[in-house]
Amino acid sequence: MKFLKRSLDRIKPQFEEGGKLHSLKSVYDGFDTFLFTPNETAKPSGGVQVHDSIDSKRTMIIVVLALMPCFFFGMYNTGYQHWLAAGETSFPFWSLMLYGFLAILPKVIVAYVVGLGIEFIVAQIKKEEIQEGFLVTGILVPMICPVETPNWMLAVAVAFAVIFAKEVFGGTGYNVFNVALITRAFLFFAYPAKMSGDHVFVATGKMLGFGPTVSDGFSCATPLGQIATSTGGNLDLTGIGGYALSWWDAFLGLIPGSFGETSVLCICVGALILLLTGIGSWRIMLSAVAGGLLMGWIAYWCQTPTYPASYLNGWEQLLYGGFAFAVVFMATDPVTAARTETGKYIYGFLIGVIAVLIRTYNNGYPEGAMLAVLLMNAFAALIDYCVVQSNIRRRLKRATAKTA
Amino acid sequence: MEINLKKGFDLRLAGAVPPGSKPRAVAARVVAIVPDDFPGLSPKLEVKEGDQVMRGQALLRDKAFEYLKVASPAAGTVKSVVRGARRKIERVVVEVAADKPQAFDTKATDRASALSLLCASGMLARMRQRPYDIVPRPDRVPRDIFVTAIDSAPLAPSLASLVQGKSKELAAAAKLLSLVTDGKVYVTVGADWTLGDIAGAQMVKAQGKHPVGNVGVQIANIAPVNKGETVWGLDVVTMAKIGSLVLTGQVDTTANVAITGSEAKDPCMVLTTEGVALAELLKGELPGDDKHVRIISGNVLTGVAEKEDSFLRFPYRQVTIIPEGDDADEFMGWASLSPNKMSASHSFLSFGKKLFKPDARILGGRRAMIMSGQYDKMIPMDIMAEYLIKAILAKDIDQMEKLGIYEVAPEDFALAEWADTSKIPLQQIVRDGLDYLRKELE
Repeated sequence: MKFLKRSLDRIKPQFEEGGKLHSLKSVYDGFDTFLFTPNETAKPSGGVQVHDSIDSKRTMIIVVLALMPCFFFGMYNTGYQHWLAAGETSFPFWSLMLYGFLAILPKVIVAYVVGLGIEFIVAQIKKEEIQEGFLVTGILVPMICPVETPNWMLAVAVAFAVIFAKEVFGGTGYNVFNVALITRAFLFFAYPAKMSGDHVFVATGKMLGFGPTVSDGFSCATPLGQIATSTGGNLDLTGIGGYALSWWDAFLGLIPGSFGETSVLCICVGALILLLTGIGSWRIMLSAVAGGLLMGWIAYWCQTPTYPASYLNGWEQLLYGGFAFAVVFMATDPVTAARTETGKYIYGFLIGVIAVLIRTYNNGYPEGAMLAVLLMNAFAALIDYCVVQSNIRRRLKRATAKTA
Repeated sequence: MEINLKKGFDLRLAGAVPPGSKPRAVAARVVAIVPDDFPGLSPKLEVKEGDQVMRGQALLRDKAFEYLKVASPAAGTVKSVVRGARRKIERVVVEVAADKPQAFDTKATDRASALSLLCASGMLARMRQRPYDIVPRPDRVPRDIFVTAIDSAPLAPSLASLVQGKSKELAAAAKLLSLVTDGKVYVTVGADWTLGDIAGAQMVKAQGKHPVGNVGVQIANIAPVNKGETVWGLDVVTMAKIGSLVLTGQVDTTANVAITGSEAKDPCMVLTTEGVALAELLKGELPGDDKHVRIISGNVLTGVAEKEDSFLRFPYRQVTIIPEGDDADEFMGWASLSPNKMSASHSFLSFGKKLFKPDARILGGRRAMIMSGQYDKMIPMDIMAEYLIKAILAKDIDQMEKLGIYEVAPEDFALAEWADTSKIPLQQIVRDGLDYLRKELE
């Protein structure tokens, strides 16, 4: 470690103003602070003399850690669905994992290279330190996209989201909308044919020549896709090969869907990590689940064949699609969520309600979680405004009561 | 009256003074007054180098209110007046000689005479006024006066033990202070209070974590400051000194100082004089030269880092010695699984009642506000801290007033600044905001 530190210190002058490699200063700083905690100490006066050990890097890495169960499960499930599609009957664990790994790796690389690349450039232009926000976004993006999304589309979408949803607002901490969801929404609206329907949620090709062959023209819709197109209140959901899917399959996650968001079990593990470390807001998670359940049950009580998703009951609504993932990992993004404690209850609750509302009563969108979170991102500031106003009114009332 | 605070956090630091340890006496040879310790005061010199001064005699006065003085902690000769950039007075150093106290006329029967005694003896300069967290402006009548008998800061000495046996003084002080205010004199005490009720004061029992001892937090939970109101705050040690002034006509400048911190060789209480030179105070307490340490006059949250050749700063009751940490070179500290990481968040593996030895590193880079609700957990006041900070940064006076800037002082944000993931200098922001507001409105 001493050697590494010395080498870093030795090459440092080249990155300073006037040095040969000054144009890479943000990159150097990024690596330097990543490898070694800065030795900068507190100012002598006017502030605290010691600081909490937590920093932005730690916070972000905890979120990435919380995503890992879903990520690994996604690898397995991608392989599993492919094997199913190929009509195989045995499912060798490591082969499935390898296949899933090969399927997702290019997407992770594309997301990080494009996104972090832009972050590095912006940090250099603004002469700031690199912000860690994209560490999370970069892993979220591949997890919320269908596995068959072409890499170039992903690159375009990530670039669009990072520049227009984040950097133009001032970078991490200033963005109004969740960057990962903007990526997803961009893909969804710019390339609707490639991002929905029954051809994208199961990997059909071989990965570097690895994996069994799937016949051409194979298709399988996600459970929510099937529900949206079903008629007459017939909710017999089927997986690949026509076997029946139950809510238990949806809970475990062995169903077609976006890479990381199928397994509610793994999402719960992630949620546990976020809640135990205090990084994710329990207020938002709790109220979003309450909102989803309430709206789910309302829809269930007023079920009608016009809206087939209303045949799912309240808790089934939570198990299918991206609802759980959105509640745990998207809605709790502190920058784009409501920031006041009271506001978080309202914000989360409305996300739950609107996600199920869209999914049930808009047949055009089989899934509403993404749109619900984005919509509430837009309203978060308004919710906070109302909460802050109530504090202001309380103070004003106190002052006038005194003089009266 | 009782207040019970849920919010806040107690830093568990190593280096507390062991209970029951014998205090050490240190005779001061040089003492100093630092004008920066008295915010809001525009200091003018009352003495020049070489002058003989008595204990309690004025060294400085305020520019606007000439009768508002800062008193000398000891009798002796004015050795030097150290000036900084633009001739700003940085400190006035007095070489201590044989003790000779200045006598004050203590027959205060009305507001004017009580106030002039407090001003002339330098006691008013030890108090703080809200709004603005400055030395009280003597032309304003305080709505109430708040006294804290709790120092909840990390490793701080128990204030109750420092005024042990001073019931008479406290009662005399309460009487004097009641003359100055139209309202009440509140004294907020913790569980360690043994003196019982003070005659003439409204006693308040408080419990909770730090910052329960902050006078501002107590005010906010007893009777918050509204726009246009003025309240004063002080600690119970100062109150006892006011009482002793009333009873004896002399200014008591003895100081009980806790030497604390993980790098202090022998944490102990020291009986000495206010403003004592740190070199004398810390003799035998500092580790060798090869170790980078930070000497903090005060506690780790609101104190001031000082060099060894400097002096003890107001409120003259604690020194904390911690590692500086500028030579730590910690590899990937953000990924640490070490149980020695102190944090209010639960993202580190440091559980239980363990004591920590933090150094002065910032431990991260400054970021925009990312996490929400962090400040609110650390500030037990009805203040939307994050929005107030944003209003201050935006210099939006209207919004600052609406969000309650008159109720706060920098020290109330100290704990939030410590816990902040984004390492934003909240205390400095609040201080700048208060100064800006005062400049614009007065």
